Amino acid sequence: MARQGYVIVDYSDDFSDTVDDDSDAEDARRRCHLTLAPRRDGSGVGASSSHRLLFFDLPSSLNTPAACLQPRSEREVRQGSIPKKDPESSMDIDDAPAQPRNKLPDHLELQRTRVVCKADAPTHTEGFQYSGAFAAMGVDNSVSVEKFCTDFKIKINRLTEDDMEFDMIGVDASIANAFRRILIAEVPTMAIEKVLMVDNTSVIADEVLSHRLGLIPLDADPRLFDYISNDTPSERNTIVYKLHVSCAKGSQRLTVKSGQLEWLPEGSQLTIASPAQPGEKPKTYTSFGQSQKKMSERPLGVKYEDITIARLGPGQAIELEAHAVKGVGKVHAKWSPVATAWYRMLPEVVLLKEFTDGDAEQLVKKCPVNVFDIEELGNGKKRAVVAKPRACTLCRECIKVAADKVKVTKAKVDDKDKADGKVDEGKAEVDDVEVEPQIELRRVRDHFIFTIESTGALPPEVLFKEAVKILEEKCERVISELS
Amino acid sequence: MEHGSVTDSTSSTFSIMEEDHTLANSVRFVLNQDPRVAFCGYSIPHPADKKVNIRVQTTGDPAKDVMKDALQDLMVMGQHVRGTFDKAVADFKSNMPAEQMDVDSNHQ
Ligand code: SF4
Repeated sequence: MARQGYVIVDYSDDFSDTVDDDSDAEDARRRCHLTLAPRRDGSGVGASSSHRLLFFDLPSSLNTPAACLQPRSEREVRQGSIPKKDPESSMDIDDAPAQPRNKLPDHLELQRTRVVCKADAPTHTEGFQYSGAFAAMGVDNSVSVEKFCTDFKIKINRLTEDDMEFDMIGVDASIANAFRRILIAEVPTMAIEKVLMVDNTSVIADEVLSHRLGLIPLDADPRLFDYISNDTPSERNTIVYKLHVSCAKGSQRLTVKSGQLEWLPEGSQLTIASPAQPGEKPKTYTSFGQSQKKMSERPLGVKYEDITIARLGPGQAIELEAHAVKGVGKVHAKWSPVATAWYRMLPEVVLLKEFTDGDAEQLVKKCPVNVFDIEELGNGKKRAVVAKPRACTLCRECIKVAADKVKVTKAKVDDKDKADGKVDEGKAEVDDVEVEPQIELRRVRDHFIFTIESTGALPPEVLFKEAVKILEEKCERVISELS
Repeated sequence: MEHGSVTDSTSSTFSIMEEDHTLANSVRFVLNQDPRVAFCGYSIPHPADKKVNIRVQTTGDPAKDVMKDALQDLMVMGQHVRGTFDKAVADFKSNMPAEQMDVDSNHQ
């Protein structure tokens, strides 16, 4: 078990006033004060001019605070120049086993590459970002672009028309999150923005109806269009739809579906003014230079034809024209090209002890998503193995085992206590042993399981590429601004 | 916009309009990986302002150059991500018919 604490190393030289003996002055100068203090938050490195605070989990070899608290030089003076007493007191940071260059000790490597999920909260969530975080240990924490390019991997798990899942390996959460944020808020799509209401006698109010129309996914590639500027709708920036439905008097109630929106490739049909000369085209709400039919192979219809827009009773009617324009999700969610885009880190479930026979079966039963499986060991023995770590939902049901046991046995002790009038000491100690965690739930810090659900305008794989492109464009913009 | 001092080019704050965590956090990550950077961090002064401030302090190089290199690196990373992704999608699509055939043969 690793202890947690931080070591304050004070390199300041001003001890001379506390030392009378001249022969000790040299020692005192080299003396460094080590203090152990409890640590509450995640790991990190902070520095000030004369103090260096190194925060990390101390290996178990340092679990005797006395050894750390004692200045090294004093011990050396007392024990002669070579400290060779019992191993406990000679423990020092210098005595830690030599690490090969560019390799961190295991406990730090774990903190760097994994998030460990304890029963109450995750630890080491921050990771070590600073390139010089381990400079004092001779380990370089910087990552060059070349290294990124060799380590980065993508594996597609599922790809359908409007939904995909892939593994993105070797990338930091900040970059993965940038992709996710761009997918949701900054990849453009087309959506109905303006509704010209001619007639609406249905029970649904104009503004609610318009809002519903706005949310209908359109089957139009936004890359074919420009953003609308100066409010001049043309065939390059606007798609026009018409909806004209009425429910005849005396007939059944009618449901208006999205499929009834009719695409008008020639632009608006609502006239603003009658033509100045007869024979001239009347002025409408859009000024289309040419038909949109040539722009795309598919008609620019709605993606799903069965979305309910409104219901009409006998004698009610809706007549309107809807104008769709290009926009991004951060302005309004109707322009978001994804239903959701999310990622999760790859779970890693580690059995810290062997689970055999009864324990194994119990463990398999604990997990609601069947992460564990039983392996037959031949001689009639069984052992639990981690079969599907990817399915782990981090419900922590499996690490609650110990806590349950403690409660049960404690209750037993209490009962016994009442009956006998004394506490069973031996039993209580056994309970403490049970509290030791037997399973560790971790997450691999640089392995993301990324899921994209498209609303339909673009296939998910195109959306992801667009998102990456947008990030590149952002960089380019700032570079040119700085030049 | 860069806020720095005339005498010391090693530390600057870059004020970028119309950007948010998306760019700032990615750039902060890339800057942190650069050994020339002594400190970097970002803040959004007000959630209603479309603006981020990115602070860069270096060990000697001009902060502006380091910042530009970081942005350049981020672009290269983006290009690499797109290339890798394209390849993965192509691989997946070319393997799909084969897999489907396997499934069919299993269900004969
Ligand atoms: S945390 Fe939950 S899902 Fe994960 S292994 Fe444990 S019991 Fe199973």
